[in-house]
Amino acid sequence: MTTFDFLLQGLAVAMDPMILFYALIGVTLGTAVGVLPGIGPALTVALLLPVTYGLDPAGSLIMFAGIYYGGMYGGSTTSILLNTPGESASIVTALEGNKMARAGRGGPALATAAIGSFVAGLLATLALAFLAPYVVKLALIFGPREYFALMMLAFVTVSAAFGDSTLKGLTSLFVGLALALVGIDQLTGQARLSFGVPELLDGVEVTTLAVALFAIGEALFVASQGHMAPETVEAVKGSVWMTRADWARSWKPWLRGTAIGFPIGAMPAGGAEIGTLLSYATEKRLAKNPEEFGHGAIEGVAGPEAANNASAAGTLVPLLTLGLPTSATAAILLAGFQQFGLQPGPMLFATSPQLVWGLIASLLIANVMLLVLNLPMIRLWVKLLTIPKPWLYAGILLFATLGTIGMNPSPVELAMLLIFGSMGFAMRVYGFPIAPVVVGLILGPMAEQQLRRALSISQGDWFTLISTPVAAGILFAAALALIVPMIMRLRGKGAVLAQIAGDED
Amino acid sequence: MIPVYQGKERRPNGAAFIIAGLLAALGALLLWQGFALPDKGGYAGLGSGGLPKFIGAGLLILSLCHIYTGLKGQRGGPAPVQVVPVLWITAGLLLQLLLLRPMGFAVASGLLFAFTAAGFGKRRFHMTLPIGVALALAIYGVFDQILKLKLPAGLLETLIFGG
Repeated sequence: MTTFDFLLQGLAVAMDPMILFYALIGVTLGTAVGVLPGIGPALTVALLLPVTYGLDPAGSLIMFAGIYYGGMYGGSTTSILLNTPGESASIVTALEGNKMARAGRGGPALATAAIGSFVAGLLATLALAFLAPYVVKLALIFGPREYFALMMLAFVTVSAAFGDSTLKGLTSLFVGLALALVGIDQLTGQARLSFGVPELLDGVEVTTLAVALFAIGEALFVASQGHMAPETVEAVKGSVWMTRADWARSWKPWLRGTAIGFPIGAMPAGGAEIGTLLSYATEKRLAKNPEEFGHGAIEGVAGPEAANNASAAGTLVPLLTLGLPTSATAAILLAGFQQFGLQPGPMLFATSPQLVWGLIASLLIANVMLLVLNLPMIRLWVKLLTIPKPWLYAGILLFATLGTIGMNPSPVELAMLLIFGSMGFAMRVYGFPIAPVVVGLILGPMAEQQLRRALSISQGDWFTLISTPVAAGILFAAALALIVPMIMRLRGKGAVLAQIAGDED
Repeated sequence: MIPVYQGKERRPNGAAFIIAGLLAALGALLLWQGFALPDKGGYAGLGSGGLPKFIGAGLLILSLCHIYTGLKGQRGGPAPVQVVPVLWITAGLLLQLLLLRPMGFAVASGLLFAFTAAGFGKRRFHMTLPIGVALALAIYGVFDQILKLKLPAGLLETLIFGG
């Protein structure tokens, strides 16, 4: 069967009324959390993981993916109207979008962001569908050493390549890796670092860690910053529709943003932020009137927003075909698959084609839903921005603890929540990135397994790790990604990398 | 998202030493546990203890790097922090932890809600506490009764939703 047949089959799955309902819940929730400052898609999926234990796996995963896509749409609204990005991938959108909103052109800014996200989401999801089978074929010839090399690359790009300090990124990663060791070793069955506490034998739950670091750490941090001046929400004045000139200036940035964002997301090279920055720089360079940039150029909203959504779809390529998460949200999505006993990777395409293709097809439908949710109903979402902070964060913490209590109502679990929450707070105060901890926790045990498997096959010969060109090449790339940014920072070019800091999504 | 703070230049940087100390302690713990595990390396020559040793060593090296940057006096110190709001929220989390079993989900979580609101400046407990408990009860109703999530029930839950 060709990809096209598979996709049609997937569409048949996705058109099931229950599945459509799950997708609708996902995109609605996703848009809401994208709009709300302080919570992102990674946290929302983490919160919902325990709640969906008893539900249909396909439906739940489609809901999670809908949240991911929706978060990317909703984030732009906050950036444009509040100048406080709801999620980190929307930082660039705030540059031009907020200026447009202040100039009374908030409507067209929101429209170009929403339509650009739609165009990019649609094209990138199609690209995902057509690219995935080829990556799967490639992945089938990968052995443990190639997987190990890929995971090393993902570790480096998530932790050390971007952000303001290699040291801080690596520290976060190693803390995550250390936490990953707690519990029963999957290969020998020996208990590690559990100190006789039975609750620790299961290891540190990804959900608990993510909720603690993202929700509790963030709430503590925002509270500790005191009562800042109330933020001004720019009202959406006038029509949300774009003029003919807006369309003419937007369509090329949409396509260019997609072309930039998708490959970056698809490579194991960090989150969506890099693509948005590259797209912004490209638009600025190609613009007919670059002096408009910084004062509300529509191209500067259209391009990065498209790149943002395209790389969200791109992230699903390594996740679905290799089982490799390259962002915090992807790591949580992976935990979602594992919760239902599914391991993403080449085998998933063979064992559950219905689920994979249903998921991909649902994303196409979710995009259409998101366009409808975000354009005509934009004024409704803006209301969310006016919730006072005490109520907002009190509610967030209530839901944050609910997930953990529902999964395992034990004081040990809640104590972990409190300890990791305080850790998340301290990390924010001292500027340590959060995502590497989560990625380290979930990818650490997988990398360890692959490493020990590879060494078992070679009977303990470490040179096996670089004995094939593919594995050696990937490890070399990982080394470059570690060393080049260190040299750049030493030579005073660190500011560029600090800007591309990937933090929570 | 994390704003970037450009704090005053401090030299040497005390926080870096605390971080280095914590990392060294964690690294030493991992090394100790790594060596304590009976080695069952098998064909790989790398058993359960291998990774704890490696990551423990990595943490010790990172700790040394933090000491080095601390001595150098890094620019961009920590964000200025107000302690009182943080204490409110931490107290709320602790109360929830302690009261979850004896008092049930709704009361414990309602207290967390009210304490968090207090941390953000809303200290009128006669208003926030009832709202928090009511919200937690509604959540209990939806998740425990409809979605079959097992949440700890106290007197209040048993009275309203039955055993």
